[in-house]
Amino acid sequence: MANYEYIRVEAKDQLGLVMLNRPNVLNALNRQMVSEIIRALESFEQNEQIRVMVIYGNGRAFAAGADIDEMAADNPVSLELLNQFAEWDRFTLLKKPVICAVHGFALGGGFELALACDLLFAAEDAKFGFPEVNLGVMPGAGGTQRLTKLIGKTRALEWLWSGEMRDAEDACREGIVNKLFPKEVLLDETMKYAQMLANKPPLSVRLIKESVSKALDYSLYEGMQFERKNFYLLFASEDQKEGMNAFMEKRKANFKGQ
Amino acid sequence: MHLWKKERPILRVNKGGVWMFDTILYEVRDHVAWITMNRPQSLNAFNSKMKEEITKSIKQAANDIEVRAIVITGTGRAFSSGQDLQDVEADTDYGELIRKYYNPMIRQIASTEKPIIAAVNGTAAGAGMSLALACDFRLASSKASFLEAFIHVGLVPDSGNFYYLPRMVGHAKAMELAVLGEKISAETAKEIGLVTKVISIENWDEEVAIFAQRLASMPTKTIGLIKRYMYQSWESNLYEMLEKEAYAQKIAGQTLDHKEGIAAFLEKRKPHFQGE
Repeated sequence: MANYEYIRVEAKDQLGLVMLNRPNVLNALNRQMVSEIIRALESFEQNEQIRVMVIYGNGRAFAAGADIDEMAADNPVSLELLNQFAEWDRFTLLKKPVICAVHGFALGGGFELALACDLLFAAEDAKFGFPEVNLGVMPGAGGTQRLTKLIGKTRALEWLWSGEMRDAEDACREGIVNKLFPKEVLLDETMKYAQMLANKPPLSVRLIKESVSKALDYSLYEGMQFERKNFYLLFASEDQKEGMNAFMEKRKANFKGQ
Repeated sequence: MHLWKKERPILRVNKGGVWMFDTILYEVRDHVAWITMNRPQSLNAFNSKMKEEITKSIKQAANDIEVRAIVITGTGRAFSSGQDLQDVEADTDYGELIRKYYNPMIRQIASTEKPIIAAVNGTAAGAGMSLALACDFRLASSKASFLEAFIHVGLVPDSGNFYYLPRMVGHAKAMELAVLGEKISAETAKEIGLVTKVISIENWDEEVAIFAQRLASMPTKTIGLIKRYMYQSWESNLYEMLEKEAYAQKIAGQTLDHKEGIAAFLEKRKPHFQGE
């Protein structure tokens, strides 16, 4: 497995785990770290054994934001040429499910990382927010877009303008967080869920993700056409035959991902 | 986007170090943190500083792994007489005052997963009563009294009083106490369920210490879980609570103290809990 400086990566049976590992700065994201995260996910994406990916943080927080030192001296031209946010676009190309387990802080870039994942599980002590406004900037890695698509324009504006931190229960009520767990069992329960998802027919899981993602960008009509094609496509899979046969024969299906 | 100027280690609580406060005394003895409000000349009335220092000291006790129980008490005749009215100006915005000073204090008590005892040595009036209510246990000296004083200056109860009081004594009794504003004795407070134990003045210090010691030798992590889920029960329906109990028991079942408890039971000896 590749060498990473700021993350730790582990393949555990069918699960691909990425642990953010700069605990002494509450896992503040620097450019190299973001690059490592996306490379690790892409490598799991290509690994046939891996069916579900999980991101979580080591230490007291998930990720308390981006490394300010790194960008304090930047100017528009240097940022344009560096094009650092392009790496974030690669998240949208991942076809396998990515689950994020958040404890402690998920702020700024850390919150954007969490929002880039498909499912978000949080410890009851988790806190979410975009403090960028207080530094005279704004989210740059999808925060204004993903948050708005999730909770709507007015609520997104209110939150982004205030720069305030909200607790996990609020985030759950807003529909950002899927499930809340006591902090002690967050990882355990996330892994259990990830394993449950890994046992589902991978092609179905994959095409459902693709179709749901399209629902955010397409008109309803276009989305329905897209969905239909994916539905038809699954009938080319062995898992469809196995799944339907098992149902008729009243036995448990054995899915192979083919 | 955030906070970090440069990489640096997170500062740790200075364990066993001396912590200086102006309005309170703070001391850790035998796994118990003693927080003593120390403005006897004003009956331990809350000025801004004292509220901040109480919050800070509880946070410190919460983060100190040596601490397994916390006692809040007062020097002199009173536990606390509530808001220091000399600290209030004609144009004081009470909403801001509460948000800035009282609410963080009450939130800190509620979120600290260690047992917190209010050792009510004398009068607990107004926000002083609220502070006592927010603790997990109340011990009262025989000369202690409780007073919902707010009404006497035309104010409503605050600092969690509206939350805790009806939950502890029931709606009807809470209305009676908050609206009529009559002082109740330690004995009466015991009768209506506000107080765990009334202790005579002669034995006060000793018995409070014994009670605190007793809690400090119990399975601390588990007490913290009981506190957490007792709070959550107010916000949950039965089915949610059943699910939460399953998590809580899963967590408690992984503690060393659970293993010790089982071992002690099988070996027919007294358990020795570490708090983890």
